[in-house]
Amino acid sequence: MALLEVRNLHVEFPLGRKTLQAIHGLSFALDKGERLGIVGESGAGKSVAAFSILKLIAKPGRIAAGEVIFDGRDLAKISDEEMRQIRGNRISMIFQDPMMTLNPVLTVGTQMVECLKAHRDISDAEAKRLAIAKLREVKIPSAEERFENYPHQLSGGMRQRVVIAIALLTDPAVIIADEPTTALDVTIQAEIMGLMLDLCRDHAVALMLITHDLAVVSQVTQKICVLYAGRLAEQGPTRSIITQPKHPYTQGLIKALPQQNEPGARLFQIPGTMPTLDDVPAGCAFHPRCAFADELCRREVPEPRPIGDHRVACHHAEKVASA
Amino acid sequence: MSDSQTLLSIANLRKQFRITADSWCGGGGQVVSAINDVSLEIRKGESFCLVGESGCGKSTLARTVMGLETPTSGTIAYGGTRIDDMNDGARLPYRRRMQMIFQNPYASLNPRMTISQTLEEPLRFHQPGLSDSQVRDKVVTVMESVGNNTSWLSRFPHEFSGGQRQRISIARALMVDPEFVVADEPISALDVSIQAQVLNVMMDARNERDLTYLFITHDLSVVEHFGTRVAVMYLGVVCELADTRTLFAGPRHPYTQLLLSAIPKMDGSEMTHDRMQGEVPSAMQLPSGCVFHGRCPHAKAVCKTDIPALRDVAGRQVACHFAEETG
Ligand SMILES: Nc1ncnc2c1ncn2[C@@H]1O[C@H](COP(=O)(O)OP(=O)(O)OP(=O)(O)O)[C@@H](O)[C@H]1O
Ligand SMILES: Nc1ncnc2c1ncn2[C@@H]1O[C@H](COP(=O)(O)OP(=O)(O)OP(=O)(O)O)[C@@H](O)[C@H]1O
Ligand SMILES: [Mg+2]
Ligand SMILES: [Mg+2]
Repeated sequence: MALLEVRNLHVEFPLGRKTLQAIHGLSFALDKGERLGIVGESGAGKSVAAFSILKLIAKPGRIAAGEVIFDGRDLAKISDEEMRQIRGNRISMIFQDPMMTLNPVLTVGTQMVECLKAHRDISDAEAKRLAIAKLREVKIPSAEERFENYPHQLSGGMRQRVVIAIALLTDPAVIIADEPTTALDVTIQAEIMGLMLDLCRDHAVALMLITHDLAVVSQVTQKICVLYAGRLAEQGPTRSIITQPKHPYTQGLIKALPQQNEPGARLFQIPGTMPTLDDVPAGCAFHPRCAFADELCRREVPEPRPIGDHRVACHHAEKVASA
Repeated sequence: MSDSQTLLSIANLRKQFRITADSWCGGGGQVVSAINDVSLEIRKGESFCLVGESGCGKSTLARTVMGLETPTSGTIAYGGTRIDDMNDGARLPYRRRMQMIFQNPYASLNPRMTISQTLEEPLRFHQPGLSDSQVRDKVVTVMESVGNNTSWLSRFPHEFSGGQRQRISIARALMVDPEFVVADEPISALDVSIQAQVLNVMMDARNERDLTYLFITHDLSVVEHFGTRVAVMYLGVVCELADTRTLFAGPRHPYTQLLLSAIPKMDGSEMTHDRMQGEVPSAMQLPSGCVFHGRCPHAKAVCKTDIPALRDVAGRQVACHFAEETG
């Protein structure tokens, strides 16, 4: 059985008279120690999907339907108190901005010790020992001194490493990382992603990595979900999603990368823009931008269906895959 | 061919910021050396890229070129004329010929002005003699040339996505027919499919208008695609400067080598990357000798004492004492 399974998730935000369907029937599963990438353009629903697993959706947003099964329990139905025992303990989260996690007026050490004591029955001295060991594990030099530092005394890359150390403190089964390196530059990004990869492997931690950077996702994850306008477009093993995409949107994303185009030539671009989620077209949400679209696509929403080892939400996936 | 003609020439540029005692970090009287003796030339028609890690001085260089900062020492010449010491009146024509596109498309458009007002403003300022209908015609022509829908003109910035706003910023920069455009991370805030749109608009404008770009970015795959030459900066100095192809085929400076090894590859391989050793030094306490020596796997005694000059090695310029051996 999967460690974490999201089944037919629907998330909505009431907007005055209208309702915005942020997530529309999303399903995926994550096994112990498995690394999953969630990609898709800005506004596709990546963060909402992650937040809803941890029940962190801002009110009046709500999970309208579906299940989030973790360790045999449906997180969508448990009490807030039970959720607090899981969040930051069994399932940790890393945000794009380290300051979403770090409190600017407390030292790194205080925050780590508090986090540990909230979930474990241990002494201050033991908590400090564990915290410093974690700081070392994320390759923070002079960990004892850094333990006494305030967040503003650290560089951006170091702050994000502290956040990773905090996420690992309680030996979680799952880490959800929402754009953890988008604000950092390439060398620091490579260090942090390399570190996360090593740590997830060493401790058999499952990772859900949200990003719009396909290159990063291709190096770190084993499988990918591509979201488009709140729905699953395509899902499959990382390598074959990158090399043999079967959904026209995934194909477009990959073709648009500079490294997939002749240097200096015009880049391939997907025509048009993603619809806003309060105004999604009928039928397949991608049809106005799709070269394969026909009458059927304008009328009927395609359900994800198996094609080879992918699941693809496209009426014409066979044709697309061979195009 | 005019492509060997120098358009912008930067010589021995230094820029220091004095942090006053009452600033937020309280480092009374400290000096940040953001740019340390940088010399480079940008030729007419080039897409000159500037890369390097966060805080190495890229934006400061761009802002100094645009006259938004005053150099601490050194000179900047445009088309052979020194511009860094000009008074406002003399500088005015250069404010038209040189335009800047900023990183954050959310902050760079005035939220209270319609798109049409935003585009008209620079034109009316630099060419006050134009009639209303000439201004309107120009707005429409430029909007169409960058593929923007003219129905956007009556709307306000908040109604647009990041990519659309950046295309509006590009249109605004092109309104006054500049020759030289400085773009500071113009696509970093956008996602892949939208990055492609904006890069295409910039490449089309280059081809149609014979523009010269100074393009600042973190994304090396964009440099490889878009750039003709590239300067790699580290802590306020240029450590390698080369034709884009030469640089990507075989970087010589150890920092460039590290930077290129950090580019995530799409070939299905897992992360491999030469881990950087040592702590990131700060622009407030520049290391002695070569600024990179504390993180350099090849550093020797001389690197801690002597500053390496930028010199010609293997068809490019490199500032490394051992550039002959790093290839
Ligand atoms: N609190 C909220 N109230 C109303 N709508 C919301 C709220 N939070 C998110 N949404 C909407 O849900 C949709 C999905 O947003 P989400 O933040 O998940 O996108 P994303 O894929 O993470 O994008 P990005 O790459 O920009 O982070 C968007 O249309 C957004 O406007
Ligand atoms: N107005 C200022 N006052 C004091 N220090 C400054 C100022 N502007 C820049 N600096 C400092 O100068 C150095 C160079 O900054 P700059 O913004 O040019 O870097 P950058 O290469 O553009 O970085 P990034 O990639 O993060 O944008 C940094 O150490 C920065 O803190
Ligand atoms: Mg998000
Ligand atoms: Mg900058």
